Amino acid sequence: MKELLKISKYQLNDVRRSKWIIIYTLFFFAVTYGLINFTKEPSKVLITLLNVILIIIPLVSIIFGTVYLYNNKNNITFLSAQPLKREVLFAGMYIGLVLPLVASFIVGAGLPIIIYIPLFIEYSGILILLLFAGIMLTLIFGCLAFYVSIKNEDKLKGFGLSIFVWLLLSVLYDGLVMFIMYNFSEYPLEETSIALSLLNPIDLARITLILKFDISALMGYTGAVFNNFFGGSWGIYISSVSMLFWIIVPMYFALRNFRKKDF
Amino acid sequence: MIKLAKLQKNFGHLKALNEIELAIKPETITYIAGPNGSGKTTLIKAILGLVKPDAGEIFVDNIKLNGDCNYRSKIGYMPQAPSFPENLTVKEVFEMLKDIRAKHSDLDDQLVHSFGLEKEKNKRLKNLSGGTKQKVNAAIAFLFNPQILILDEPTSGLDPASSSILKDKIKEERAKGKTIILTSHILSELEELAENVILLIEGKVCFNGSLISLIDKTEKKNLERAIASLMSEAAA
Repeated sequence: MKELLKISKYQLNDVRRSKWIIIYTLFFFAVTYGLINFTKEPSKVLITLLNVILIIIPLVSIIFGTVYLYNNKNNITFLSAQPLKREVLFAGMYIGLVLPLVASFIVGAGLPIIIYIPLFIEYSGILILLLFAGIMLTLIFGCLAFYVSIKNEDKLKGFGLSIFVWLLLSVLYDGLVMFIMYNFSEYPLEETSIALSLLNPIDLARITLILKFDISALMGYTGAVFNNFFGGSWGIYISSVSMLFWIIVPMYFALRNFRKKDF
Repeated sequence: MIKLAKLQKNFGHLKALNEIELAIKPETITYIAGPNGSGKTTLIKAILGLVKPDAGEIFVDNIKLNGDCNYRSKIGYMPQAPSFPENLTVKEVFEMLKDIRAKHSDLDDQLVHSFGLEKEKNKRLKNLSGGTKQKVNAAIAFLFNPQILILDEPTSGLDPASSSILKDKIKEERAKGKTIILTSHILSELEELAENVILLIEGKVCFNGSLISLIDKTEKKNLERAIASLMSEAAA
């Protein structure tokens, strides 16, 4: 445990110096601050912020995570010759990646909201869920980045795969679901569509928030089915737990590969 | 005492280590020789747990390696290609190692002095030359006064002056009763250090014995000739 804290500490010191983390923080600050000032309507601010979170957090987490792991290759090789467990090394690296990302998001998006806190008093439930979704997406895509870059020795291949994973889950997946719904519209597809949205963490984050907002126009097909199938609060509960699986499963496989890896 | 039993490691179709049976004697200098790609580094990395063998067992001080990492605190390792946390300075790396191992060592100043690293002490590792990195690499291996020293191609990239400093250091440690394992493909270079010689060819042990017995066996006058003749025998 002590060793884990020490490794995380050295990694945090290293990431903290990176200019990308600062840019990421400033980005969230500028977007949130700008939205509040343009609209002055908290529900619109939160909906737009949700859409920004759903696109930007997965992208930045997976790309930054992949670059981070390849950049730390020497470091990992160096430390693995020390009396340290591979699991500890893995966890230290992971904390060193996700903690700054989560902190950037909370500080960047949180500061403007705190400044205008009277506007958001009624929306505290949604705010907490929004924060939760942002944190979960960072943790999930951090795991996916670890899985991809541990599995692939080749930097370019790993980088390409990471971008592909993001593109697949955030853009192509929706198209695929639409395609299936359209072509098989004569069949009952409720269960299928629920299964399909459980297989996409970004969709899960979106559904969790949309169910809380209770805006049917923005639910989309899967959101509406979720709402009908489980009802509001059950839907939120199930989609949150499913997001947890999206951390556990990729992390299990990433760690398994890391333990077997030859340095 | 390090013992390897039926150690096997494949990289795809290539058998990097092919059922290796070895016992490395304590308190001697063991010199692992062999041509490029014969499995020297893989063997060393397997002992350190950096490479996971496909089959076989490794014992360090009669304890079987099974995922526990504490045995590594007995080993000082100098890898062939130094890889470091690039953004740290030389001094910070020493501090980090002491911090992570939670062990005190006052050898660092002495090592910095003996390898002539005073001027580079506060430079970041990514800004150092290859040879200087190699010196830092060597100093790290000696830092915790370990019982076992594993040095992979220790003199590569070093100038003659630093190379002889390192050789003296190795002799000094040997006199203190340390177990030392060296590899090199430049045979003449480390001849003065070798006591036991292990010759690896294509992942197999072709010879394991003292330097004198090797020279007697092949009736050649030095290590280089002796190993060259063994290698051509193995090829035939």
